[in-house]
Amino acid sequence: MIAYLFKRIGSTALIMLIVSLMVFMLLHLAPGDPAQVLAGDNATDEQVERLRQSLGLNDPLLVQFARWIGNVVQGDLGASLYTNEPVLRLIAQRAEATLSLAFATMTIAVPLAISFGVIAAHFRGTNADRVVMMISVIGFSVPAFVIGYLLVWVFAVRMGAFPVQGYAPIAEGVGRWAHHLVLPAFTLGVTYTALIARITRATMVEVLSEDFIRTARAKGVPMRRILLTHALRNAGVPIITVIGIGVALLIGGVVVTETVFNIPGIGRLIVDAIARRDYPVIQGVILVSAFVYVLLNLITDMSYTLIDPRIRY
Amino acid sequence: MSEPVLSVRNLTTSFRADAFSPWKPVVRNLSFDIAAGETLAIVGESGSGKSVTAMSAMRLLPERTSRIEGTIRLDGRELTSLPEAEMRALRGNGMAMIFQEPMTSLNPMMTIGGQVAEVLRIHQGLSAADARSETIGLFEKVRLPNPKDRFDLHPHKLSGGQRQRVMIAMALAARPRLLIADEPTTALDVTIQGQILDLIKDLQAETGMSVLFITHDMGVVSEISDRTLVMFRGDKIEEGTTADIFAGGRHTYTRALLSAVPKLGSMAGRATPATFGLIDMETGKVGPEESVPAARSDKPVLSVRNLCTRFTVRGGLFARVRGAVHAVEGVSFDLFPGETLSLVGESGCGKSSTGRTILRLYRPDAGEVVIDGTSMQGLSGEGLRKARRSIQMIFQDPYASLNPRVSVGTSISEPFIENGLGTVEEARAKAEDLMEKVGLSRNMMGRLPHEFSGGQRQRICIARALILDPKVIIADESVSALDVSVKAQVCNLMMDLQRHLGLSFLFISHDMAVVERVSHRVAVMLMGEVVEIGPRDAVFANPVHPYTRKLLAAVPVPDPARRSLRRTQEIDELKSPFRPRGFEPPRRDYREVAPGHLVQA
Amino acid sequence: MSAPSTNSGGSSASFPRRHPTLSLGAAVLGLIILAAALASFFAGDPLTMNPINRLKQPSAEFWLGTDHLGRDVFARVIYGARVSLLVGISVAMTAISIGTVIGLFSGYFRAVDAIVSRFMDGLMAIPAILLAIAMVAMLGASVWILILAIMIPEVPWVVRLVRSVVLSVREAPYVEAAQVGGTRLHVILTRHVLPATVAPLIVQATYICAAAIIIESALSFLGAGVSSETATWGGMIAESRSYLPRAPWTVFAPGVALAIVVLAVNLVGDGLRDLLDPRASRRG
Repeated sequence: MIAYLFKRIGSTALIMLIVSLMVFMLLHLAPGDPAQVLAGDNATDEQVERLRQSLGLNDPLLVQFARWIGNVVQGDLGASLYTNEPVLRLIAQRAEATLSLAFATMTIAVPLAISFGVIAAHFRGTNADRVVMMISVIGFSVPAFVIGYLLVWVFAVRMGAFPVQGYAPIAEGVGRWAHHLVLPAFTLGVTYTALIARITRATMVEVLSEDFIRTARAKGVPMRRILLTHALRNAGVPIITVIGIGVALLIGGVVVTETVFNIPGIGRLIVDAIARRDYPVIQGVILVSAFVYVLLNLITDMSYTLIDPRIRY
Repeated sequence: MSEPVLSVRNLTTSFRADAFSPWKPVVRNLSFDIAAGETLAIVGESGSGKSVTAMSAMRLLPERTSRIEGTIRLDGRELTSLPEAEMRALRGNGMAMIFQEPMTSLNPMMTIGGQVAEVLRIHQGLSAADARSETIGLFEKVRLPNPKDRFDLHPHKLSGGQRQRVMIAMALAARPRLLIADEPTTALDVTIQGQILDLIKDLQAETGMSVLFITHDMGVVSEISDRTLVMFRGDKIEEGTTADIFAGGRHTYTRALLSAVPKLGSMAGRATPATFGLIDMETGKVGPEESVPAARSDKPVLSVRNLCTRFTVRGGLFARVRGAVHAVEGVSFDLFPGETLSLVGESGCGKSSTGRTILRLYRPDAGEVVIDGTSMQGLSGEGLRKARRSIQMIFQDPYASLNPRVSVGTSISEPFIENGLGTVEEARAKAEDLMEKVGLSRNMMGRLPHEFSGGQRQRICIARALILDPKVIIADESVSALDVSVKAQVCNLMMDLQRHLGLSFLFISHDMAVVERVSHRVAVMLMGEVVEIGPRDAVFANPVHPYTRKLLAAVPVPDPARRSLRRTQEIDELKSPFRPRGFEPPRRDYREVAPGHLVQA
Repeated sequence: MSAPSTNSGGSSASFPRRHPTLSLGAAVLGLIILAAALASFFAGDPLTMNPINRLKQPSAEFWLGTDHLGRDVFARVIYGARVSLLVGISVAMTAISIGTVIGLFSGYFRAVDAIVSRFMDGLMAIPAILLAIAMVAMLGASVWILILAIMIPEVPWVVRLVRSVVLSVREAPYVEAAQVGGTRLHVILTRHVLPATVAPLIVQATYICAAAIIIESALSFLGAGVSSETATWGGMIAESRSYLPRAPWTVFAPGVALAIVVLAVNLVGDGLRDLLDPRASRRG
């Protein structure tokens, strides 16, 4: 087990290296001279040359990459081209909002989705199943920002039950914090819930057709116990896998949701950075989100051993 | 006469694909009784409806797509109209069922003790502690070694035979009146099969329960049942005491079925193989038993010396080599023209690996293979392709051996074309000839594999193997997955081809009875090594190595008169030949106990 | 012996009745493709700004009203379908082509697999939208850059699928039989291995198309898509968001259109999956 952990940490590091390479190359992919691009259209040639010197852009690419990686590992992700604040600090400032949103979304989505999936699998073939799955496909198909505006229009504009936009930090009271998170969390959650519900149903249907379920039925085990104790645990590994993979979807959705609801999170950070061509921020955010994603998947992989006794590393 | 435990009258079970499709009956008008303490065997080939009958009795069929008509009574109680809640109370309690695949029939995420105890807690309301001690008692009863320690184990830690014992313990936990066993030993090795059959018989004697035993194996039937019911395509063909059925029965189908069953000992005294004297299902005509001529013993067409194939096992932090599985260890033999040499043994003995290594599907770690004078050493690419023209292979699974998207004509022609032996037209012409030779019509060339039955597909695979005019064909368990009568027909085909073409076969199988029928010589393998080799007659009549004797003793013989012979009660199970790193295989010597008959010393 | 195969003939119901999902999805999608193709004949003018007409409610003259610049929302919705469909289909086709080649070699040759898998893992770790945004920011906002940027994160999923099919088929006896029979490598790959990937790939192609349409619309919404003059649904929503209370149709017309198209594509995907492989697939 320890050996496997080390192996996985090793391959995680390798993956992050590859990601870093891609992120690094992004800047140098842009047509034209990177220093010119960074300096902006209004800079004089002198300013551009000074910038080039200060950023070390005259050195060979490999050296630049090594230097950049060295910085990254020490926590230095560069500084914003506009505010000169360190990128890492910018991200840390925005982290609370994004994490709150993600946390709220997952706590609602995951139990709901698994319940829907199990129910649909149990009633497979009947109208209940078809209805649940149709709702699921619709949820999966409507883009997050469309759902967002729909919810805003119905619950905020017309009914006034929830704020139209904005975020309230926890420090200002949990009630307000939760109140502001309801609509965004549901917006983000619809797609995530739909995805997990579909996979749960598909996996449960497969598991329910396995031989050992036939044995359980032949033993006289009641259906509820078969579903929850016998079947669900066997479906655990694929379901947890998709929860982990779905985080990538979640990260994408966060960007859009924060824009819709004007939440000052990391998603908004990168959107603003795009508009202003603030490359260090763009690179930093991508690196951090990739890292979070990879870390999360490492955790889900490790959790397999808790669920499936056959998996022992 | 007391009430029968199970009484079935006019059972008709039908299936449909979906709500828009018509009902298709799979079991038609079936009636039978099982008395208290009696064992009834339902025997039939695939498609006979025997398993569906069992599932109908337990009402385990899917609700929306199946329909049961007729009556099924357990101890007088009508089951077909019972509400589901009451049926559930009966399952595992009044009647219990065990299934064919012990690998997949147990929940991999629950402990074996937990799964057995579950029955007790549901049906008898026992507390966790009481259920645990009772379960351990049950494990002892089914002769599971170390019952107390095994309680908390998960199924993947046990072997196939041990898992089946757990299944039996689970079925017997609530002391059912009726045990339904659906092919419980088919997936097990023959020595384990014998142990499980003995176990079931002993438990039945102890508890007085009735047993409904579903199987396709006539040997098992004669071992275990008092009465036998023969089914064919959903209909009951005949029913009677096992002795009567085996004496020939009345119906042509029964006699045809029996004629296809190889009986261990029936070839005693005959030096060469002989075809099955099959009885035609419809006409009742008895086919001839044709002898295959003896092999020419001048120059071997295949020569294997000290073959070794090892699969390294890695583990640990840096994937260090922990050891190796010695799948094939020091195997040597010759195969002569026109001869069938069988490699027999149980799972893991290395017989399949030997065949694959000879063809270089695996790379040998040591040893030499000479095919028709050409050494296979170091061959690759074009050289390997050329060498493989002399030796071809047919596989076990007829369903996976042909590309499902390509016409059978193309599959058969492919080796001819790929070896550059001629034009596409020439390939097709030859393929058509071969189709006829294997008993199919040349008009079927354009069809896809799924349009053929298992036996027909195996014939197509034989045609494909023959198109390169090989001298040797390796048959890797090629008849194991076929129905009884089809198995005999394909064996007959192989023996006919041997007579007409002078082919040699390396026949890899675990089925001793079939091997007795088709082989000139036999090699017995255990843990990757050959422990005994010699003329078939000599080895079967006079087995010397203890493993060979154990193997032969375990084979169920389709002769009810020999039922009372018991086997030894050893519970050991074969382990895989894994050797730690640095293991030096000991030198093996063979002594010749009779001309050509060698035994590992 | 289990129940007979559900593929056996005998079902008398018509195709749409037996495959409602596929039929519905295909019908709607077909209609939309038709509408997009024939837009110039019936849709009206999506570009002309007419401030006098701004924010008019849906009426007989403007079926879906006008936006804040007086443009005909209905026309823009119909023309917007063109961009979405073009991006969706192009992304799906290119991702499938590239991914299949990579996956085939990765599945069949272990050496290739070792390198490729690491690279694909790395690629999958970057959230698709972020990568697409970054690429558009660096390389400019033309439709082709957009297609490239959306396609790249989808390739690893195709590789993963093809690789797993190839890995399982490689062990099949009919492939071994072909090797023993002397069949050359490229024939084994094209005749025996590749055909097994076709059915799952078709299904995945539709899911990729749906995802691409969503991502393209998100990009347009965030301002990282094609220029705002061209009618794109995401762009329309972005422009009209501040007018939501006053003129909700400006936001919901493109929004509903998006939802319908993606839904239709997903239904086609689900329907094809049920048709080609009745056992439930993994990715959902």
